[in-house]
Amino acid sequence: MKDMTDNGESDQGPLIPRQRHMHPVPYDPEYKTSVPRSPKWPLLSMESTPSEETGPRFGHSLLGPLDNNLILNFSKDGSPAIGERILMHGRVLDENARPVPHTLVEIWQANAGGRYRHVKDNYLAPLDPNFGGCGRTITDAEGRYQFLTIRPGAYPWPNRANDWRPMHIHISVFGHSFGQRLITQMYFEGDPLIDRCPIAATIKERSQLDRLVAPLDMARARPLDFLAYKFDIVLRGRRQTMFENRLEGM
Amino acid sequence: MVQSLDTLIETPSQTAGPYVHIGCIPSFAGLPGVYPEDLGLSPIAPGAKGQTITITGAVIDGTGWALRDAMIESWQPDAAGRFAGQDGADPAVSGFCRFAADKDSGLFTLTTVKPGPVPHRSGAMQAPHISLWVVARGINIGLSTRIYFEDEDNGNDPLLSRIEQRPRVETLIAKKTGEGQYRFDIRLQGDNETVFLDI
Ligand SMILES: [Fe+2]
Repeated sequence: MKDMTDNGESDQGPLIPRQRHMHPVPYDPEYKTSVPRSPKWPLLSMESTPSEETGPRFGHSLLGPLDNNLILNFSKDGSPAIGERILMHGRVLDENARPVPHTLVEIWQANAGGRYRHVKDNYLAPLDPNFGGCGRTITDAEGRYQFLTIRPGAYPWPNRANDWRPMHIHISVFGHSFGQRLITQMYFEGDPLIDRCPIAATIKERSQLDRLVAPLDMARARPLDFLAYKFDIVLRGRRQTMFENRLEGM
Repeated sequence: MVQSLDTLIETPSQTAGPYVHIGCIPSFAGLPGVYPEDLGLSPIAPGAKGQTITITGAVIDGTGWALRDAMIESWQPDAAGRFAGQDGADPAVSGFCRFAADKDSGLFTLTTVKPGPVPHRSGAMQAPHISLWVVARGINIGLSTRIYFEDEDNGNDPLLSRIEQRPRVETLIAKKTGEGQYRFDIRLQGDNETVFLDI
């Protein structure tokens, strides 16, 4: 079975084991919901198998023309969503620093007032009739993606007595194998709420948290239209297996 | 000092939060019309070969409460053990499904075909299984686990063999409740905590 990326790189081979200390801790009493929802026993560590090394693929035919334009994709009459217009863009790479082409990227976010269009969100800020809050796209041959959206507002949430989420956009990325699956959040440069957020603080390695903070990118901003923020994403890579015997057909 | 490596570090995870449905299954979340339909509504299309099965369960926290906000993704091969895209794979089996806990009961349902065994790099065969990935508010990095089946031969499965505490193997095995019907609960913590995988 052949499974090659557009670069001619093999998509075979075991996944590089996750560096768990570079991820958030599962249990963090400052993020109260993690207390009853975090496993107590150690994870079972094992080298990946074909079940993790394969994964769903989605074609560009999945996408509608406005899927990556959250300013317009919920509007019934073409009126734009309210808020500070931004371009969110970046690349999806793997740990071997290779682009991950043709992979699905999905985002969701609150509106400019910090309110989600969700039955469970009853925050005081009003819904925007022209803003749904979800978008999706597929990376190009170099792993690039972009979304046009509005900057989401910060919002309060029930945790400690007065906790607020920094402005953030939720991101889901598939990669090419089920073991690469990742959901994370993008924060915005300069937001003072990042350092007060117990969810951001579940990441104990400061340099790793910094990687979730998107810098303002004036080179991609469009005069009189939108600002830009750059957000690169790194997924697990494949371990090189040059000197290992491989079973025929795997 | 040493030379620097050319490799990158994986982007850290963050919780999917309580509104993951907006981004991943917007029609389910009450945002119809953004996309024609939610992604991964079913892992099979009409005509899929093999036995159609339904797996029902709940994601249960350390207090015994079934989560109402969990979202799960599943990935599996066809009835012959071939994954979508591999030579000879059943074109009616995409193998991928997204499903959520019911907002009132917390129950989830997965209707699919029973997967076939898949070879392991060691040359052994893996017993039939479905890979799961569970996300929700309070889960800071998605949890991986597997569904095996009590009416299959799981004796030589390389992953199940690695579980030292043998009673814990049972947490990965779906119990048959009827013809083509199985029950599989995912316990995040507490008694009979599910075995989660770093794989
Ligand atoms: Fe959020």
